[in-house]
Amino acid sequence: MEVTSPTPVPQIPPPTWEETKDLQEWVKYHQERPSGDQTSAAFEGLADRLEHFPGGWLMVTSTEKLFNWARKSSIWPVTFGLACCAIEMMATFASRFDVERFGMVPWASPRHADLMIVSGTVTIKMAPMLKRIYDQMADPKWCVSMGSCANSGGPFRHGYHVVKGVDRVVAVDVYVPGCPPTPESLMFGLLKLQERVAAFQQTGRREAAGPPPD
Amino acid sequence: MPTLDAAIARVREALGAEPAGEDPKRPDPRHLVVTVPLERWLVAARAARDDLGCRYFCHLTAVDWKTEGFDVVCRLESLQTGLGLTLMTRIPREPAHCPSLAPLFKGALWMERECYDLFGIRFEGHPDLRRLLLPDDWEGFPLRKDYAVDTSHAPYR
Repeated sequence: MEVTSPTPVPQIPPPTWEETKDLQEWVKYHQERPSGDQTSAAFEGLADRLEHFPGGWLMVTSTEKLFNWARKSSIWPVTFGLACCAIEMMATFASRFDVERFGMVPWASPRHADLMIVSGTVTIKMAPMLKRIYDQMADPKWCVSMGSCANSGGPFRHGYHVVKGVDRVVAVDVYVPGCPPTPESLMFGLLKLQERVAAFQQTGRREAAGPPPD
Repeated sequence: MPTLDAAIARVREALGAEPAGEDPKRPDPRHLVVTVPLERWLVAARAARDDLGCRYFCHLTAVDWKTEGFDVVCRLESLQTGLGLTLMTRIPREPAHCPSLAPLFKGALWMERECYDLFGIRFEGHPDLRRLLLPDDWEGFPLRKDYAVDTSHAPYR
């Protein structure tokens, strides 16, 4: 059989998320209130006044430290398994490896969760649902990409149906390599994530994610 | 279990086409391959179901032969006699139309939808020919050989 170059496919302009129906609904139902968030404003005013009171910074910094520790050590991952990596993720949550001692409780609702562990192959058909779950999580939210498939598409990278890395869909904080990663690897990644969360609470910014590996 | 010669004779009589063993070295009445012309596709399937008793619709798929068109392949089996038939027909590449087996076998409904989904073969007479596995807005048919696999696809590549 002679080898011929594949015929060029017509280039389709990639649709942006604004065109998808999910996001239109999201925008429709999540309009900001014209008066703003009054509760947050009141708290901010209180903290501001306390910080500028003479000696008040002592109290603010020490309580911040306490709050940072609390935030760092109660990261709740949303239970979200896609493929065989989910088996290792379940093993990590279970009693033998027990990430609950780091305060991580797998929670079956994105509204209450801080972390999404993308464990497995993300197909192009699945990606809008994944994006939707990520959008439903409350800020600040974190994402761990677990396994080769979620990192880069893995062995299915050259297939027609797999997203080549979940960082093309959502922002990823920690990549855990492996196919699938052992529970120890995932725990190492989660501890790295805790460091990142602590850094985020101290500096208020995430480190810039590198360009997607290509 | 019919003998090989008896099975071949029955298939030849019922379908009007010469069957061949799937494996020339070890011919087996459970694995016979019959190639029929496109206009006899429905007739042959009906004869296999009614005359040969192949009432079990195993699967339906296609083979892309590039410029020579597609082979539509379906597998029919008789659970009583153990006779297994692989029916094949050649359809042109453009337009890739083939009569649907859905009026004969209910199991063909999803198989033909999948075949349409991945190969782009339009089965005439199918009541509900939509994509089965891929998203509805997918462009192209990925199991065709001229589908450039490792190129960018909407929306994530």
